[in-house]
Amino acid sequence: MKAFAALLERLAFTPGRNAKLAHLEGYFRDAPDPDRGYALAALTGDLSLGRVKPALLRGLAEERVDPELFALSYDYVGDLAETVALIWPAAGAEGDLRLADAVESLSALGRVEAGQKLAGWLDTLGPSERLALLKLATGGLRVGVSARLARAALARVGAPEVEEIEEVWHGLELPYRELFAWLEGGPRPEAAALAPFRPVMLSTPTDAEQLDPLDPAEYAAEWKWDGIRVQAVAEQGTARLYTRTGEDISAAFPDIVERMAFEGALDGELLIRHGEVVAPFADLQKRLNRKSAGKTMRTRHPAALRLYDILTWEGEDLRPLPFNTRRTRLEAALTTLDEPRFDASPILDFTTWEELANLRADPPEAVIEGVMLKRRDSAYTAGRPRGPWFKWKRDALLVDAVVLYAQRGHGKRSGFYSDFTFALWDGDALVPVGKAYSGFTDEELRRLDRFVRDHTVERFGPVRSLQPRLVVEVAFEGLNRSRRHRSGVAMRFPRINRIRWDKPAAEADHLPALTALLPPEVTP
Amino acid sequence: MTEPLLDLTPEGLFSPALGAHIDPHRPVARAIITHGHADHARAGHGAVLATRQTLDIMAIRYGADFAGQTQVADGEITMGRARVRLVPAGHVLGSAQVVIEAGGRRAVVSGDYTRTANPACAPFEPVPCDLFVTEATFALPVFRHPPPEVEIARLLASVAAFPERPHLIGTYALGKAQRLIMLLRQAGWHAPIHIHGALQRLCDYHVEQGIPLGELRPATMDRAEARALSSAIVLAPPSAFASPWVQRFADPVVGFASGWMQIRARARQRGVELPLVISDHSDWGQLTATVEELDPAEFWITHGREDALMRWADLTGRRARPLRLLGYEEEAE
Repeated sequence: MKAFAALLERLAFTPGRNAKLAHLEGYFRDAPDPDRGYALAALTGDLSLGRVKPALLRGLAEERVDPELFALSYDYVGDLAETVALIWPAAGAEGDLRLADAVESLSALGRVEAGQKLAGWLDTLGPSERLALLKLATGGLRVGVSARLARAALARVGAPEVEEIEEVWHGLELPYRELFAWLEGGPRPEAAALAPFRPVMLSTPTDAEQLDPLDPAEYAAEWKWDGIRVQAVAEQGTARLYTRTGEDISAAFPDIVERMAFEGALDGELLIRHGEVVAPFADLQKRLNRKSAGKTMRTRHPAALRLYDILTWEGEDLRPLPFNTRRTRLEAALTTLDEPRFDASPILDFTTWEELANLRADPPEAVIEGVMLKRRDSAYTAGRPRGPWFKWKRDALLVDAVVLYAQRGHGKRSGFYSDFTFALWDGDALVPVGKAYSGFTDEELRRLDRFVRDHTVERFGPVRSLQPRLVVEVAFEGLNRSRRHRSGVAMRFPRINRIRWDKPAAEADHLPALTALLPPEVTP
Repeated sequence: MTEPLLDLTPEGLFSPALGAHIDPHRPVARAIITHGHADHARAGHGAVLATRQTLDIMAIRYGADFAGQTQVADGEITMGRARVRLVPAGHVLGSAQVVIEAGGRRAVVSGDYTRTANPACAPFEPVPCDLFVTEATFALPVFRHPPPEVEIARLLASVAAFPERPHLIGTYALGKAQRLIMLLRQAGWHAPIHIHGALQRLCDYHVEQGIPLGELRPATMDRAEARALSSAIVLAPPSAFASPWVQRFADPVVGFASGWMQIRARARQRGVELPLVISDHSDWGQLTATVEELDPAEFWITHGREDALMRWADLTGRRARPLRLLGYEEEAE
């Protein structure tokens, strides 16, 4: 538990992705089996013990510490597991507990027994290990590690690439001995899972200038739909829906999975669709954030698949075939399926780049965020090869906003004010509409930092409020309604496009200019 | 009615028999100063009694004319209707407890203190007394400072894991910085340690006082030098982290050495990547054990989290009084 606790401690305070990867890599290299396997599962959220509830935990602590002293402490610390870990009285010599023993015992015990077992362990552990154990037992490590990041760290341990790890991921079983053996030079684990994930082919960004020398006839074009890229795999009676990084999201989309009456692997976009009308991304997000989907959710936001590609079909691997051939096979497969919630993303009709540019500039639906270009002769290859597939995204939306708050950055930007909250006018008041951390050069960063220091009104810890003087042109990809923001809107991928040193704050945009860009609400 | 050993005035603690204030936060005629942290040692008093080292430190910080006159507390001194002596508190170099005796009774004002060994100053000396005045900075049972060696080992492990990232550690200029340096030396770190200019004079003073700090280098290097650093430990006062000074370092690991780092929310608030729980104050166990050891008829609590100590006094049947002294920072810079 010591090594795992030390890892969690570092991860909890490490903002940088690279440093996080280094901590994870070090742990996976050094920790023994089966502990590291359980640690991996705990980090990726594939370990759900969660038997110990807050009330039980508090009860255990109050048997040992005066409840008033406990309450004063909890009030100060603000986190129950942390308070218990810090306040737990040491009883006897400090020992250590194997992570694997803790996980295996906790998963075998009922709630009350788990509590008693836990108390016994807490007596023998140090505070950092106590916290790790309590976070494990109550569920939710909250150290900012996604499953994707954990797999990227695994890829640094051994030769296999992250895509290869994603491919075998769902066939692996706790505590992942086979996986670690493979990373350390052993044989690749057999793809034991039915309906496994296949590594996805991704595109690279392009623009008119880069496209100009290319021959339009060699490319097929489709709309770029603003949903999430998924892979629908159904094999031998097992159907699974994966994200493009191999997360299994079947449980959240039973309305898709139950319709996957085929034998094969399809690549497409998951959308919320009412009849022929595709709903904004925000509606899909409501379903993505849930572990399962109730009936109301499914009726209110019905999911659909818009398919791009076909990887395998009835036992045949189609990935080496050219795109054109796969496309014909996809259309044939869909005709046979005859499933109204699945359709093919239409192929756009164009002969010159200019014609395509016109289509891109005026898409038929609001949820289209550009066009995709695919070489007609391209095989389906994993990863992001440069060339065969391009995304040509619609131009970003722009708004001129006033910078209101600045916060110091981390890592490479330590000491620089690099995180900005910006606002738009609403009558005479400025209403914050978003935050941006990027889009400026190092030189601009230095100048922004000077501006912040020279125009600070008030300081709150690492945050400064500023005189409303600086206007920035903010670029963003889209807009959603949001009840969490005072402005009622939430931007997608906002970044600073240009710093308008020249523009007076009074000439920044007004909130209605932004809300006018909201997608229409789509209701069933 | 017997004269009280200590009284509370708007300026702070006052001994009527001595006719002197202890660590007053406003200028007074006569002050006894426990240690050199700015919230305890202010300039502008008429006369100051303190240890030689505290007087030196005040002169370094405020200039030689920081008080009308000064007196080194050497042995027992008779002042007014009482006797006073200063004994070590183990907090920082020169820190002392004020022992006051009058009318056959004894009061001890401990200032700030810790029972953890500090290689940069003399250890706390327990003096049994009738009235004990304690601090309560970390007076919650969640504060149990780990052995400082463990925290230093974490720092060195991080330096080994990220040799290309300079480790910038926030420390207070008086006491914490020198203690951190001594702890690093004891852990076998003999490479030069870089220090921010604000730490220089107090580090020099420690060396003059016979505390070996090893090779220290100024951290006021240019960008190119800062970027060429490898396996570097740089100490700076917390205020430096909000200044452009820090911008010269490429992708630093920012740490902070303080008892507050035990609480995650506090560490996050400061944007710290490597929190080091190293404190010059007593933790909960030390505070309660010290009161139990000295077993005073009554104890007073100057500043900090007095609610929890009051509750503990209730539970253990002790007489206690919260003074809720204002003007003391949580930890001095």
